[in-house]
Amino acid sequence: MSEYAVRNNDGNSVGIVEKRTFTFAEPPDTMALESGVKLGPINIAYETIGQLNADRSNVILITHALSGDSHVAGYYTEKDKKPGWWEIMVGPGKGIDTDRYFVVCANILGGCMGSTGPSSINPASGKAYGLDFPVVTIGDMVKAQKALLDHLGIKKLLAVVGGSIGGMQVLEWSLRYPEMVTAAIPLATTTRHSALAIAFNEVGRQAIMADPNWNRGNYYDGPRPNLGLAVARMIGHVTYLSDESMRQKFGRRLQDKRDFSFNFDADFQVESYLRHQGSKFVERFDANSFLYITKAADYFDLKNQHGAGSQVEAFAKAQAKFLVVSFTSDWLYPTYQSKAMVKAMKKNGLDVSFCEIKADCGHDAFLLPNARLASLIKGFLERVQLES
Amino acid sequence: MKTDHKKMRFDLQLIADWIEPGSRVLDLGCGSGDLLFYLKKNKQVAGTGIENDEDKAAQCINKGLSVLQGDINEEVLDYPDNAFDYVILSQTLQQVYEPHKLISNLLKIGKKVIVSFPNFSNWRIRMQIFFTGYAPKSRQLPYEWYDTPNIRVITIKDFRRFVKKTGCRIINEVAINTHSHDRQGKIISFLSNLRATYGIFLIEKKDH
Repeated sequence: MSEYAVRNNDGNSVGIVEKRTFTFAEPPDTMALESGVKLGPINIAYETIGQLNADRSNVILITHALSGDSHVAGYYTEKDKKPGWWEIMVGPGKGIDTDRYFVVCANILGGCMGSTGPSSINPASGKAYGLDFPVVTIGDMVKAQKALLDHLGIKKLLAVVGGSIGGMQVLEWSLRYPEMVTAAIPLATTTRHSALAIAFNEVGRQAIMADPNWNRGNYYDGPRPNLGLAVARMIGHVTYLSDESMRQKFGRRLQDKRDFSFNFDADFQVESYLRHQGSKFVERFDANSFLYITKAADYFDLKNQHGAGSQVEAFAKAQAKFLVVSFTSDWLYPTYQSKAMVKAMKKNGLDVSFCEIKADCGHDAFLLPNARLASLIKGFLERVQLES
Repeated sequence: MKTDHKKMRFDLQLIADWIEPGSRVLDLGCGSGDLLFYLKKNKQVAGTGIENDEDKAAQCINKGLSVLQGDINEEVLDYPDNAFDYVILSQTLQQVYEPHKLISNLLKIGKKVIVSFPNFSNWRIRMQIFFTGYAPKSRQLPYEWYDTPNIRVITIKDFRRFVKKTGCRIINEVAINTHSHDRQGKIISFLSNLRATYGIFLIEKKDH
């Protein structure tokens, strides 16, 4: 995700931000997970941007996708080359205007960017959890975010916004804590993974688990399963692009050569690109977190978890105003999946807006500069703030 | 706020006058949302729009309207019965493949339905066929027979008969003389089927 973040040269940035950590479920307390396992203590890394207003009514929670983190916008230091992963959307005067709203973004439970996950130290053993970390769900991630908001004294969210797995958290928020969510903006997401999406995740997981360095998840004292994780990332990247975007970006062009090498080096630009993405990813991401988060995404099923098998029933709980956005070339979560959730919202008489943005860059379109998306979010947020 | 009123297409101005304040309104083919915006600001309606064009749907959402991008024939199927006080179908009926099916669906989800359409029996159109022998073109229907999206030829008399057959009734009707995007026009009360360029009807189920 953050490979898209580039330094903003127009100076229109939130500037320096600070990562904080909130700890809860400390002994004797624990947090009960959906699996029944009790977990604690739990750290949640989070960042806030903007000013909380007097009646605490301008809070926007941003939920990140698979490889994102709490660092949604701005820089940690003056020297930072890269801003947060949604710098293009979050900032003064931007789609999510930090002059108006108080933005909160937290690293998900199970992640590896400061929140408790498989790479954290297990207090029972004094070593990293590895596979002893319990399987967490999207619901568990949301529950942990709720604990953070309670700690911050926030009782109501003006909006929850997020794309992809972040979008799943948005939907989960709107059903798990309906009275707290004034508006919800699920982007490029789904209420349940298709077999296609599960299949790609499984291939990614298998790549990690096939790496001898993975060692059944117990690798924190030795070499890491970088090859496996890099391959998993390469597969992920294919699903985030589209036929059209790959044709335009790479075609069959060769990388720094005029002819085939007649060996297994990266001949094509697309190969070189994927290898580069893979090797960059392993520097900042934990392989076990990849396993846990993709599993949580595969388990997510709004229909079964909230509606006893009925999508319409599931959204009966919701009270939020929704803005649903899909992208034409997204083949990971195609438009028909967004339309299905819109249908269920309509049948419940919910206030819902929907737009399918024409974009040829695939699933990742929500992370790329897109004037249409920014203005949709901006207009929608202004309305819900006015009406609330 | 009256100035807003005059900024809208003439048929929309008349439609707006029929809407009770505070009602629930669904505008089909709402374009860039002029009518909904007016109704929201001036009549405090809870409005929803459906628009197939991404650009126009996005413009609506940007200005704070609740709008769904999609095909009207499909989108109307997802609402509960009587979800709206008014469902508006303005200048679109002539492009609908199955008008009968659509209108009965609208009468299900809306207590009242407002329909406006270009009147094909306007005297200029009649004269064109009579004297030239070609399929008529007008400022309201400016296409050739082979590229027109307007696949339904409707007259004001036709629509009255259609309403009767459908088992619903006309609450109000007005015939106007205006061009498709004009903000001005006049109401025609005499020989409307011959003189008007558009008809606007407010209909409801008989058993209502």
